[in-house]
Amino acid sequence: MVSGWAALLALGLAAPFCVYPVFAMNVLCLALFASAFNLLLGYTGLLSFGHAAFLGMAGYVTGQAVKTWGWPVELGILAGTAAAAGLGLVFGALAIRRSGISFAMITLGFAQIVYFFVLHAAWSGGEDGLQGVPRGKALGLVSLQGNYAAYYFIFALFLAGFAVFYRTIHSPFGHVLRAIRENAPRAESLGYDVDRYRVLAFVISAGLAGLAGSMKAIVFQSATLSDVHWHRSGSVVLMTLLGGMGTPIGPSVGALLVVTLENYLSGYGSWVTVITGGVFIACVLAFRRGLVGEIQARVSSRR
Amino acid sequence: MDSIDLSVRRGSIHALIGPNGAGKTTVFNLLTRFLPATSGAITYNGEDVTKARPAELARRGMVRSFQISAVFPNLTVLENVRVALQRRLGTSFHFWRSQRSLEVLHERAREVLASVGLEGFETTLTAELSYGRKRTLELATTLALEPELMLLDEPTQGMGHEDVGRVVALIRKVSAGRTVLIVEHNLSVVADLCQMITVLARGRVLAEGPYSEVSRDPAVLEAYIGVGT
Repeated sequence: MVSGWAALLALGLAAPFCVYPVFAMNVLCLALFASAFNLLLGYTGLLSFGHAAFLGMAGYVTGQAVKTWGWPVELGILAGTAAAAGLGLVFGALAIRRSGISFAMITLGFAQIVYFFVLHAAWSGGEDGLQGVPRGKALGLVSLQGNYAAYYFIFALFLAGFAVFYRTIHSPFGHVLRAIRENAPRAESLGYDVDRYRVLAFVISAGLAGLAGSMKAIVFQSATLSDVHWHRSGSVVLMTLLGGMGTPIGPSVGALLVVTLENYLSGYGSWVTVITGGVFIACVLAFRRGLVGEIQARVSSRR
Repeated sequence: MDSIDLSVRRGSIHALIGPNGAGKTTVFNLLTRFLPATSGAITYNGEDVTKARPAELARRGMVRSFQISAVFPNLTVLENVRVALQRRLGTSFHFWRSQRSLEVLHERAREVLASVGLEGFETTLTAELSYGRKRTLELATTLALEPELMLLDEPTQGMGHEDVGRVVALIRKVSAGRTVLIVEHNLSVVADLCQMITVLARGRVLAEGPYSEVSRDPAVLEAYIGVGT
């Protein structure tokens, strides 16, 4: 167990020397995004179909704060994260009144509102998005212009975000969430106000998705409409199911796979979606629990 | 559901019986506020709880079970009981605290499991338990809350003869010092266990009294057992 985490940490530290650092940073951002989503789908049993709103909105807030208001990069990231969490509180408190497909549709509706807001707001650059966001200096000292420095900065943020996710699912709160996922009426009859637990889970998930979006804005020095678009909400479902929902690292593995596929297949133009769609169908049919879920099940049955 | 007037005496085991569709589970859902009552009042310990939320009622000691076994299948047996115990720690919203803080509950959870005869299953995944044991676990989880009033919805439904005997003995054992309202189809269980019986039919109370009286009531015989007089 410990050695497994150490190996992953070593992999994360060595990554920018093995692959293009921007690619690695993109994977980290989306891995955190998928982990945030996993907190809801895998550990609370809620399917949000509007998570791109948190990723994208946080990117815009961070971009605006750093570029236009000249805030230090850390403060900009904090502002993006906080904005996403606040948005999560509003969306969550309203959507939580329904469950199942209605919940998914309400979150999708909210995300569409955010999309059109961002598209038409005066400050967000419309179709072009926010361009030319400076990366700034970490702690006011180390310039993040270089990709290696930026990578370790992003990696540290990823570790912090992942730690919050990991602790949440292994906390007393996380255990109540699992009970709610397993049988919500029973949890209610044991005295838990199910809705309040779900809202808090939603806010934490939105906040972490926001952190991922803020990181992404710094990495790519831009905030784009594609991160608010419902395609993005769909792709995070794909990453999570591919890697294995309800497993701690499954969605991160899923993010790695999807980003890799998109990268290597980018030469094929719009065929990328067809191919990722095909891979997705094949994986879901062959590994119902996702890649990591399937490996876990094999290992535990062999014991 | 139409003008049901039901009072359950503290410390008794009270049965709710009636043919299918009589509204037994609906009464449970109304009492525990899983369904809103359109009119009338529900009092519990002398207080009006007609508008209380289900979780709030549970915290005040009124805990229900469900017709279909209500366990948490992908948690271990110990974790199932621990979830019920956990609320009392007051840390259930603490997402920053380690799960090790829950280990103080293990001793009590083991005691509860032992009291229903589930010792040795602590680390078993609940989904792998037999049906009878799942229902026993459900009862253990309910007991862990130390409820004043337990509402059991068909606790012996779908069980074999031996399991029924075990569950009846268990209910009798745990009913000491508590009030139990029970929905049950198995009349021998009802006759054996309950001091008071309310017979429902088509959303109304048909008869009420001890088994010896109710079982001779002509209206009951006709509606429930289907014997015309």
